[in-house]
Amino acid sequence: MPMKLTKFAFASLAILFLVAPLIAILPLAFTSSVILTYPIPSWSLRWFEELFTADAWRRAIVNSLIIGSGTTLLATVLGVAASLGLRNRLIFFRGTMRTLFLLPMVVPAVVLGVGLQVLLAGFGLTNSYAGVIIAHTVVAVPFVVVSVTGALAGIDERVELAAQSLGASPTTVFRRVTLPLAMPGVLSGAVLAFATSLDEVVLTLFVAGPNQRTLARQMFSSLRENISPAIAAAAFLFIAMTLLIGLVVVLSRSFLAKRR
Amino acid sequence: MSAGSSRTGRSLLLLAPLLLFLIGFFVWPLFSMMSQAVSDPAVLRLLPRTAEVVVDWDRKSPPTMPMQTALMEDLRTVDDDQALGDMVRRLNSARSGFRTLMSKTTSALEDTANPPADLISIDKRWEKPEFWLAIADALSPLTDRNLLAAVDLGRNSAGEIEHLPAEQSVNRVILVRTFWIAALVTFTCACIGFPYAIIAASLTGWKRDLMLAAVLLPLWTSLLVRTAAWFILLQEQGLINDLLRWLGLIDAPLPLIFNRTGVIIAMTHVLLPFMVLPIYSVLITIPNNLMPAAASLGANPLRAFLRVLLPLSLRGVASGGLLVFISAIGYYITPALIGGPGDQMISSIIAFYATGSANWGMAGALGVVLLIATLHLYSVYARLSAEEQGRR
Repeated sequence: MPMKLTKFAFASLAILFLVAPLIAILPLAFTSSVILTYPIPSWSLRWFEELFTADAWRRAIVNSLIIGSGTTLLATVLGVAASLGLRNRLIFFRGTMRTLFLLPMVVPAVVLGVGLQVLLAGFGLTNSYAGVIIAHTVVAVPFVVVSVTGALAGIDERVELAAQSLGASPTTVFRRVTLPLAMPGVLSGAVLAFATSLDEVVLTLFVAGPNQRTLARQMFSSLRENISPAIAAAAFLFIAMTLLIGLVVVLSRSFLAKRR
Repeated sequence: MSAGSSRTGRSLLLLAPLLLFLIGFFVWPLFSMMSQAVSDPAVLRLLPRTAEVVVDWDRKSPPTMPMQTALMEDLRTVDDDQALGDMVRRLNSARSGFRTLMSKTTSALEDTANPPADLISIDKRWEKPEFWLAIADALSPLTDRNLLAAVDLGRNSAGEIEHLPAEQSVNRVILVRTFWIAALVTFTCACIGFPYAIIAASLTGWKRDLMLAAVLLPLWTSLLVRTAAWFILLQEQGLINDLLRWLGLIDAPLPLIFNRTGVIIAMTHVLLPFMVLPIYSVLITIPNNLMPAAASLGANPLRAFLRVLLPLSLRGVASGGLLVFISAIGYYITPALIGGPGDQMISSIIAFYATGSANWGMAGALGVVLLIATLHLYSVYARLSAEEQGRR
């Protein structure tokens, strides 16, 4: 079966291509050497120590958490409200608004960055946390809209109508019926918003000042200027954070599913 | 009816915050970027009197006396050094020599003890119509100079559009390079992604899950982590060179980083999921008895593939290809970190104009070019996926 063998070889090589780089970077986080290459002379945690004690890296981690939380909150509130509004089929320009809400995903970050820098400078918001949070929210909100509208589309409207006919006010229907049913979508939207903010570099380059350097921004400049295994340690942290958030989502989803 | 209209009102109320937010911080920035590209107030702001007089000038003869007095008057009242610097830079880019001419003129005008009678007595160059022509052209608050320069066009002294001389024609090279790199990345993504999706769709159980997980894992991983990973793999002392040397395939390390090869490899890795997933989602809707049916009718595997599977999955390949291409033309981080100076794409040039040289006009103009290209391609993509949904 040469065909089957070729298929197997191709699939294995492609999987290797996709996954190997991610695995290759992880052990370097634990190197004792000052250069970012294999072979690893001996194991040490010195680069994690560097990450949490060196001023630039520590501030970057704190900034990432501040900006990420702010973005998640703002994007989730705006995105959930807008997704609920989009359910109404009688709204004018429903399709246009939907497209507008998704467009920040498409527009190249550098183009948006140039525009935002000009605009935020006019408001005096460059070099401020508010400015960075606003910029990150613009690109994070489409993920919330996509995942929440998806979750809302899966809700049987008769359930809400039933609650309404039993005398529940619109707020009660939302609080007791719609929101719990849409919760998995809201959660994944929030997580995607946080992940987007965590990973955003280009807008941060344009909008943030030296005091708002995020972890991703710090990684970008150290890759450019002074390469050290601290980058691998930061990458390890990134992957660990992603896995942790993914775990939280999976657990809370199954918790929500069980409660029903 | 009233229940319906109150529901509509509530929906609008829910939509309003995001709508206003995006109009304020997404649409408006894009418009202000576009207006940066065409606005040119640096000269008009400082020379209002000259602007009034210069309209009557025939653009050929030496400057009239009112023009000279107006310009002297304008220059005397300038008290903002930074604005003056902006104006001189703007004029100097239109006609070299303005920098020295202006500094000589302003210092002569400051000499209140014995004021100069006219500009020509300060410097003979003020006699030449070319310098006045530069001022006259720069006085218009709107300009197409940046937009034209973004595609390497310019206006000659007669105001006709013409190609810029070769030594100034850098943007077209960069635009062509951007599209070329994006096309190469799309091609390699298709070469790997299409067979990958076919194999994944033909499998079942854990094997299919494994192949999908291998695509999703990089998608969930930070772009910077992936770029850093390729940085480590591709460098001269990196794993790939070590492996090749260990296998005895090469003697000296291959140059894989800071060049085109590295950019293509890293960008293919980053964008491959966007190719695989749309193709896969089309392939799983194709009934899997079609290929055996074609074979039973006597088609060899290649013919069956070309006549059955390829036409049916082409839509997925087109969606995936567009998605990869759209993402690739706007790429900044990967070329900036993995590429060399000869691999910088349009985004890097925009960033350079904006942050490096504070030339907002040029940054805006190139941004407009990139934005238009992206939105055009996206509208094609949106139409493709809308038809897709219509078919189901």
